[in-house]
Amino acid sequence: MAEPLLCLQHVCKRCGGLLAVDHVSLAVEVGRITALIGPNGAGKTTLFSIISGFLAPSEGRIFHRGTDITGMPPHLLARRGIARTFQIMQPFAGLTVHENIAIGAHLSRRSRAEALDAAADVASKVGLGQVLERPAASLTVAARKRLELARAVATNPELLLLDEVLAGLNPGEVAAMMPIIRHLAGRGITIVMIEHVMQAVISLAEHVFVLAEGRIITQGAPQEVVGNARVVEAYLGHGAAARLAAAGGTHV
Amino acid sequence: MKGASLAHIVLVIAALAAVPLLTASNVVLNFLVVALLVALVGQGWNVLAGYGGQYSFGHAAFFGTGAYVTAILQMRYGVNAWIAFTLGIAGGALVGAAIGALAFRSGLRGSYFALVTLAFAEVLRILASVAPVTGAGVGILIALDLRPQAFQFQGRVPFYWIVLTLVAVSLLIVRLIEQSRFGAWLVAVRENEDAARAVGVDTARVKLAAMTISAAITAAGGGFYAQYFLFIDSGIAYGPWISIAALLAPIVGGIGTVFGPLLGALVVKTLGEIAKLVTGDAPGLDLVVYGGVLILVVAFAPQGIAGLLTSLRLRFARLRSSPPERAHG
Ligand SMILES: Nc1ncnc2c1ncn2[C@@H]1O[C@H](COP(=O)(O)OP(=O)(O)OP(=O)(O)O)[C@@H](O)[C@H]1O
Ligand SMILES: [Mg+2]
Repeated sequence: MAEPLLCLQHVCKRCGGLLAVDHVSLAVEVGRITALIGPNGAGKTTLFSIISGFLAPSEGRIFHRGTDITGMPPHLLARRGIARTFQIMQPFAGLTVHENIAIGAHLSRRSRAEALDAAADVASKVGLGQVLERPAASLTVAARKRLELARAVATNPELLLLDEVLAGLNPGEVAAMMPIIRHLAGRGITIVMIEHVMQAVISLAEHVFVLAEGRIITQGAPQEVVGNARVVEAYLGHGAAARLAAAGGTHV
Repeated sequence: MKGASLAHIVLVIAALAAVPLLTASNVVLNFLVVALLVALVGQGWNVLAGYGGQYSFGHAAFFGTGAYVTAILQMRYGVNAWIAFTLGIAGGALVGAAIGALAFRSGLRGSYFALVTLAFAEVLRILASVAPVTGAGVGILIALDLRPQAFQFQGRVPFYWIVLTLVAVSLLIVRLIEQSRFGAWLVAVRENEDAARAVGVDTARVKLAAMTISAAITAAGGGFYAQYFLFIDSGIAYGPWISIAALLAPIVGGIGTVFGPLLGALVVKTLGEIAKLVTGDAPGLDLVVYGGVLILVVAFAPQGIAGLLTSLRLRFARLRSSPPERAHG
């Protein structure tokens, strides 16, 4: 068995009295799309912030390709090939789309011209080719989500952490975004995506982790996981699975 | 493309270089020397604040260090004036790096950073007003030695060439920054530090480098001031007047642009002179004028004169490209 690209061991994050992340251990296999799902406030974004170095875990260790990366600052993790997007979008608001993506591309390219070329390339792949010279601040939500994605992709990551890049999009926009994500995975980028859009999780992810109240409550193939009673209860509240089953029994 | 091209810089410097060929007026030359000095000092501020988004209220710390190192090395240690001037720039850079390391290491941003730079400049001013090496309250007089080797000249024209050269170099440095990866990273830090870190930017290091370059440019202004006026004291070298001049010129001219500080320095100095003529040089009047200018710029032209020019150019371009509408249905 190949060693996992990313491995978390008993990672905890205490926020005041609250355990936002509670002994999370998980492994992300190379080359596939993994989804991280769970109800609001489960600790998904916090977990991403820990993996990408923005937050230090209170306990536990994180390994990237077998190297302990716990506590490494974000810029060094980015240079190791770990890129993230932000759920609350963080564009370089005063810059154009082109310049925004170029800053990502500069990670592996010193030359301004090369970075701008690479950025234009990435932009056309994620469907931003037409708005290159627009200020980032003037974009629609859907375009800003793409910009988040493009800037991360421009760093040439091997591991891409996507925090709800489909949230707030209409069904047409979601449908347009899915092949882009699939294409990135096809290029060999390992993807971990936090997502609430279940249809996207089922169609994109090969493996799903379910986080609730800071804990991984189950994991597995997407089809199995969404049918799991504990997952349904985590989302809809205690007893919901039973009620659903009962309701399903009378109607079908 | 919004950046200034090399041709623009050559053109502007050539035009300014022609001034002494057209006039020998000491009034004009003195005015321009001081305006260019402010442009230089402001360009230093512009690197850190205009491009890096780190607003300093204490660039006097670098100006004063450049001035004092230049003067002290000559008068106390017999060092050649040019070497002293060069070491003054290095000294300013060092002070910039030290303050930057302290401020950025402890994560100071925004108004906290501004206040800390102000505090450092004030501490240096107070130290300079009591330490024997700086001449304490008396200040330092650089002995008259009117030879080029001593960085002293009979007339104002050579000083004019020198400060113009320094300004030209500062314009080229800023253009170089604009076109480099470092410049892109610096602007990224200004726009969004978290986003910058996420794409691999070592924000602390970028800010530190910007502060060092910024301080060096401003320190060159301080060293030049010492040679031009041959006298400094703690109020001149480390006083708030120069911290204000350093930020006013680029804000008026357009922060984060190559020509902003030069443009702003010329405008601000011109307004200052007009005010002096009108009111007969009442004390503190310059500050009133500067305050007024600052309010106007912030209210009506937040991108400064450079920003106004850009939007005017865009408007004209649009007018020209769209044919006038005809009124018939
Ligand atoms: N800096 C912080 N200080 C205190 N509490 C925090 C902090 N950051 C997050 N939390 C808490 O930690 C928990 C997890 O938050 P997190 O944003 O990680 O959830 P999430 O799973 O991403 O939710 P969503 O689906 O709404 O994005 C929440 O209860 C939140 O209030
Ligand atoms: Mg979240």
